[in-house]
Amino acid sequence: MTIHVAIILPFLMAFIISIINKKFTKIHIGWLALTVPIIVFIILARLIPIIASGNPYTHTYQWIPSLDINFTTYLDGLSMIFGLLISGIGSLVVLYSIFYLSSKESLQHFYCYLLLFMGAMLGVVFSDNLMVLYAFWELTSVSSFLLISFWHHRKASRAGAQKSMLITVTGGVSMLVGFIMLHMMTDSYSVHEIIHQIEHISEHELFIPAMILILLGAFTKSAQFPFHIWLPDAMEAPTPVSAYLHSATMVKAGIYLVARLSPIFGGEMLWFWIVTTVGLITLFWGSFNAVKQTDLKALLAFSTVSQLGLIMSLVGMGSVAYALDFEADTVIYTQATFAALFHLINHSTFKGALFMMVGIVDHEVGTRDIRRLGGLMSIMPLTFTVAVIGSLSMAGMPPFNGFLSKELFFAAVLHIKDLNLFSISSVGILFPVIAWIASVFTFIYCMIIIFKAFLGRPLIQKVERPVHEAPFPLLVAPFILCIMVISLFFFPNTLGKYILKPAMVSIYPNLAPAQKLTPEIHAWHGINTEILMTIAVILIGTILYRLLGKWMGIYRFYPPNWSLNALYVNVISGSESLSNKVTNSYMTGLLRHYAFYIYSFFIFSVGVFFFYSGAFSFSTENNASIEWYEWILIGVMLLAAISILFVKSRITAVILNGVLGFGVTFFFVLFRAPDLALTQLVVESVTTVLFLLCFYYLPEWSTEKLSISTKISNSIISITVGALVVVISLAVLNFDKFERISKYFEDAYNLAGGANIVNTILGDFRGFDTMLEVVVLFIAGLGVYTLIKFKAKKGGTDFED
Amino acid sequence: METMMILLIGVLVSVATYLILSKNVIRVILGTAILSHAVHLLILTIAGVKKGNVPLLKEAESPYTDALPQALILTAIVISFAVTAFVLVLAFRIYQTSKSDDFESLRGQKYE
Repeated sequence: MTIHVAIILPFLMAFIISIINKKFTKIHIGWLALTVPIIVFIILARLIPIIASGNPYTHTYQWIPSLDINFTTYLDGLSMIFGLLISGIGSLVVLYSIFYLSSKESLQHFYCYLLLFMGAMLGVVFSDNLMVLYAFWELTSVSSFLLISFWHHRKASRAGAQKSMLITVTGGVSMLVGFIMLHMMTDSYSVHEIIHQIEHISEHELFIPAMILILLGAFTKSAQFPFHIWLPDAMEAPTPVSAYLHSATMVKAGIYLVARLSPIFGGEMLWFWIVTTVGLITLFWGSFNAVKQTDLKALLAFSTVSQLGLIMSLVGMGSVAYALDFEADTVIYTQATFAALFHLINHSTFKGALFMMVGIVDHEVGTRDIRRLGGLMSIMPLTFTVAVIGSLSMAGMPPFNGFLSKELFFAAVLHIKDLNLFSISSVGILFPVIAWIASVFTFIYCMIIIFKAFLGRPLIQKVERPVHEAPFPLLVAPFILCIMVISLFFFPNTLGKYILKPAMVSIYPNLAPAQKLTPEIHAWHGINTEILMTIAVILIGTILYRLLGKWMGIYRFYPPNWSLNALYVNVISGSESLSNKVTNSYMTGLLRHYAFYIYSFFIFSVGVFFFYSGAFSFSTENNASIEWYEWILIGVMLLAAISILFVKSRITAVILNGVLGFGVTFFFVLFRAPDLALTQLVVESVTTVLFLLCFYYLPEWSTEKLSISTKISNSIISITVGALVVVISLAVLNFDKFERISKYFEDAYNLAGGANIVNTILGDFRGFDTMLEVVVLFIAGLGVYTLIKFKAKKGGTDFED
Repeated sequence: METMMILLIGVLVSVATYLILSKNVIRVILGTAILSHAVHLLILTIAGVKKGNVPLLKEAESPYTDALPQALILTAIVISFAVTAFVLVLAFRIYQTSKSDDFESLRGQKYE
C-alpha cells in the first residue's frame, strides 16, 4: 500500500502544481516539487531493512481483474535500487534545478513534467504486472518527450524530442507485443508468476520471438547500439533533465527490464549472446565516439551510451549462471551481475555530478564548447573539484567508486573468457580485449574533460561575461553526489550488504544462498590481471591523449553520410517522400480513376472468388417462354443501350434513355406488375423532363477526348463487369433451397384488408420502408430547393470557398 | 425468358459502367440512371417471371406472381428518382459556378 502511495504521490503533486502555480508566486515552485522525491526516498529508505532480510513487499490494487490487469506493486531488492536512485537523484536534481532555471521560464510546466516522469519511472520499477509496467513505460517516453522539448521555440529541441519519441515508442510497442506473447504462453501478466512457469515455456515457439521483441524495447530505451542515436540529440533538454533522465534513471529502465526478466530468458544461449554482444558494441562505439565530441554535453551523452553498454554486457554475462547448475565455482559468473548493479549505482552518482558540473559551466561561462573553454580551474575551483572527481571515477581511477566497478568488470570479462558454454571459448579472448580498448577510450575522454575544459590557457577573451564561481546552492547537489562517489569507494560492502544482496536474490531467485552471491569488495586486491590491465589503460591512455592531434584523423575515415544518424534521417525523409509519392500516384482527384479502382476491386474480389469456389451453374429448364413481341422489345432495348455510347448529340442520348425507361415499363407490364408499370411511366417522364431542363443550361455535349488506351481499359472494365453480373445472376437464378415467403402475403385480404398485395406490403406489412422512402424523397426535395435558392439569394460564387 | 433478360441486364450494366467511367458529368448521371434500370429489372427477373397472375386478389386467380420483389422495386424506383433529381440539380449548379461539366477540370485547386 505504501508503494502505491509512493507512485501516486508525484502525479498528485504534478496536478497540484499545475493548479496552484498562479498563487505561488512568492516562493520558487520547485520547493514544493522537492518535497515529493524526499518523501518517497524516506518511505523507501525505511523499508530497506525489511527488504534486506529477504521479504519482498507486495500489494495488489484491482484495476481490470477480468483481463488479469491489476495494479500490483512488488518491492524487492532490484526495485529498491532503482527506487532509491529515482527518488534520491530526483531530490538532488530538483534542488539543483531550483537554482539552475530562472523564474522567467514556465516553471509549472517543467516541474509538472518532471514529476510525471518521476511517477512513471517509479511505476515502471515497482510494477509486477506487465501491462501496467508497459503503461508506465510509455508514460516515461511521453514525459521525456515533453522535457526534451521544454524550450520548444528551438528547432533542435523539437527535432531531438521527435527523434527520441519515435525510437523509444517503436521499441515500446514491440515490447508490448513481446509481453502479450508472454501472456499467451503463460496465461499470466505477473512477472513473478511467469518466473515460476519457466520450465513449461522455454520450448514454446513464441519464446524466442517474445525475447527478441522485449529486448528491442529494452535496447531502444537504454540507448544501446544502434538505437543510441536519440540520446545525444536529447541533450537539447535543460541540463537538470539530462542529468536525471538521460544519465541516471530513464536510460536505465532498459537495464532494469533486462535484469528483471533475466530469470525468465537468462538460460537461453541467444539471450546471452544478444545482450552481451550489443552491450560490448555499445560500450566500444560510445567511448570511441565520445572522444571526438566538442560539446561537453554531447561528450557526456556518448559516455553515458558507453557506460550503459558496459552495464548491459555485464547483465548479459551474468545470465550465464542460469544455464549452469549451482556449484561453488560457478558463483564467479553471477558476480558479473553484481558488478552490473554496483556500476549502475556508481554511474548514476558520477554521471549526475558531471552533468550538473557541465550545467554550471554553461550557466557561468555561457558556452559548453570545449574549443572555447580552458583555464577554468583557478576561476571555478569548486566546479573543477566536481569535474575531477566525476571524471576520474568515470575513468575508473582510485580512490573513487568507478575504480571498484571497473575492476569487477575486468574480472567478469576475464572469467567469461574461459567458460566452456554457448561456444564462448572460441571467441572468448575478444571480451577482455574489447573491454580494455573501450576503457582506454573512456580514459581519454575523461582526460579531455579535465584538461581541455579546466586546465590549459584561459580563453576568457572569447567569453561575453566575466566568469566567476557558481553560487553555492547550485553546487550543493553535485557535491552530495561527489561525497557519494568517494564514500562508495571506502564503504562498498555496506551498500553490498543492504542494497545489492537483496537485488541479487531477486535476479537469481532460486539459484544459491544469498551470501554466496554477494562477494566482498576489496579496494586493494593484490597484483592480478585486472590491476595490470588498469595500469596499462592509464599508460596507453596517457600516451594516446598526448598524441591526440596526431590520430584524430581516423574519425574522418568514415564519411558523415554513412553514420547511423544520416541513416535515420534518410529513412524518415525517404519514407515521407515515398508515401507522398505513392499517395499522389493514385489519389489523382479524378472521379474516373476512383471508379476504376472500385470496379477493379469488385472484379478481382468477387470474380476470383466466384470462379474459385466453383459457384457457376447454368440451366434454362425453368425458363418461361418468349413471345415474338418480347423478342422485339429486348432487341429495341439492346439497340438503345448500345447506341447511347455512340450518339453525338446529348438530346438523342436522353431520348434513348427514355426509350430504355419505357422499355422497362413494358417489361413490368409483361411481368404482371401493374403498380410498377404505372410508377415507372410517371417517374421516367419526369426524369426525362428534368434531364432536358438541365440541358437547357448546360453546354452542348462535346465529344469526349479520351485516349485510345483509356477507351480500351474502360471497355474492358465495363464488359467484364457486365459479364460478371450475367454469370452471377445466372448462377443465382436457379437457387431454390428455401421456400418463398410470398405465400404469406397472398393472405393479404384477411391480414390487412386489402386486395392489392403489392400495396398492402408497402403500406402495411413493410410500412416502415415506405416511411423512410418518403423521408428520402423529402430530403432530396429540400436539397434541390436549397441548391436553387442559394443561387437566387447570393449569386453563385460566394459559396465556393 | 429469364436467361435473355439477364443477358439484356448484363448489356445495360456494361453500358452504365462505361458511362460512369467517362469524364462528363451528364454522362455519369446517365450511367447511374441506366444502372438503376438494370437493377430493377434484375430484382424482378431473379424472382422468376411469368410464373403466375397479377397480384391483385379480387381480379385474378391463384397462383399469383411474387409480390414482394415488386414492392421492393417500387421503393427503389422512388429512391433512385429522388437521387437522380438531386444529382441533376447539383450538376446544373456545378456548371453555373465553375462553368465546366468536365471532371478533369473540376478537380481541386491543387491541380489547377
